[in-house]
Amino acid sequence: MLLIYQNPATWRDLPEPDRQAIMSDAGALMAELTGTGEWVGGEALADPSTARSVRVRDGVPAVTDGPFAEAKEQMVGYCIVDCETQERAVEIAARWPDARLWGMEVRPLLSPDGLEM
Amino acid sequence: MTTPDGLEDLLRGLAPQVLAALVRRYGHFDLAEDAVQEALIAAAEQWPDRGPPGHPKGWLITVASRRLTDQLRSEESRRRREEAAAEPGLPATAAPADEPDGDRDDTLTLLFLCCHRELSPPSQLALTLRAVGGLSTAEIARAFLVPEATMAQRISRAKQHIAAAGASFAPPPAGEWAGRLAVVLHVLYLMFNEGYAATSGPDASRPELTAEAIRLTRAVHRSLPEDAEVAGLLALMLLTEARHPARTTADGSLVPLAEQDRSLWRPDLIEEGTGLVTGALTRGPLGPYQLQAAIAAVHAEARAADDTDWPQILAVYDLLERVAPSPVVTLNRAVAVAMVNGPQAGLDVLATLEGDDRMARHHRLAGLRAHLRELAGQPEAALADYRLAAQRATSLPERRYLESRATRLAGHG
Repeated sequence: MLLIYQNPATWRDLPEPDRQAIMSDAGALMAELTGTGEWVGGEALADPSTARSVRVRDGVPAVTDGPFAEAKEQMVGYCIVDCETQERAVEIAARWPDARLWGMEVRPLLSPDGLEM
Repeated sequence: MTTPDGLEDLLRGLAPQVLAALVRRYGHFDLAEDAVQEALIAAAEQWPDRGPPGHPKGWLITVASRRLTDQLRSEESRRRREEAAAEPGLPATAAPADEPDGDRDDTLTLLFLCCHRELSPPSQLALTLRAVGGLSTAEIARAFLVPEATMAQRISRAKQHIAAAGASFAPPPAGEWAGRLAVVLHVLYLMFNEGYAATSGPDASRPELTAEAIRLTRAVHRSLPEDAEVAGLLALMLLTEARHPARTTADGSLVPLAEQDRSLWRPDLIEEGTGLVTGALTRGPLGPYQLQAAIAAVHAEARAADDTDWPQILAVYDLLERVAPSPVVTLNRAVAVAMVNGPQAGLDVLATLEGDDRMARHHRLAGLRAHLRELAGQPEAALADYRLAAQRATSLPERRYLESRATRLAGHG
């Protein structure tokens, strides 16, 4: 899974053409990955300010506004790719436009399967 | 396909024969493959109501041929271009469609084509399941847990690669035969493992991958009954599949070999697998599939884990390491060394793997080291290794298993 991180404040302050270039670069890369048969799926997330965090303590849910961890960079979306190696996934992440301005995190998914030991 | 089992078996068995007949007659492997899929779908829709026709294979060839020629005609300019390109590729010595032994060799020839060297293993697997196994793209996508569109793209790219490589529908030349057969066997082996690794989940189709791998390997064995490695691979699959009912608990947790309830193992598969590998080993030449099957057969022989003939297993691993050395073989051999000569001897073997880039970061190395350190009376070192192995595990059941070992050890320490 490729986790996409952005700083929402810098995203807002980007000139419109820059924002559009990022969107179209991401769209082109998604189309390319669909073509190679590596694209599995992905979603963009709404602004972190719309997040609500939920913690249950002693059976009582406490709900607060805002993301779970306060940080300048927030997760704004994810995609899942099916690649032969983790190196290939890192290569894709490096081409994701957000990586140029902010950062991407590549995390292998745990498979539900296992060979006997 | 939502068809009764008997009909599905019939259609899937005929699929490679129909495809072979079309490719021989018209060339155009990629278009012919699409046409055969359409004919299979038409049959699955029509036969349950009307009953299968008198000559099912002839019916499928007729329907698929019509689809193919329709498509070729509708792409007039492309047709001319493609026919010019395809003609020289058609083998002049191809057997006529009705030659007695043609059906069996057709399956093998198609396997050679689908397991083309230009393709990556996932593409080889997907194409083999569709063109030789007769599975639909949706079924294959479910088996590999990817969207249908992704799998459709993988298959169509695989077919384009084959067309671009100028591959023809003919058995490989004598000089390439052994190398190409090795690729086919490897793809079948991967197909089996892909299905065998599935322990849970809503999709009942993953165990179908093991069934399909066994069915196709049986077909190759029928074509090449004298080949010892083909027999060895089939034996390995059967002996592994025999343990399937005992290898998971109801909640999907993995049960290690030593703790499995052996009364659940399937005696029919053990008998067939043991017979196959025994015959193959006497014929030779030795190969890695036969040796792995021989190890599985020794395990299958033991009524209880404590009865396992470890010296014999170690002797076969020594051979395997000479015939086909790999870090995975060394890792498994370390288990046998530990069982014969004690945990410290096993740890010494593992130490030779720490410098191996392919293995040093693998969770199985840390997991096994943890187990042997536990046996050697080093609980603290074992605990650290169990935790390390759990962090590195790539599958949920394996991580759960390693975490529970760590927790148990921490409780005792």
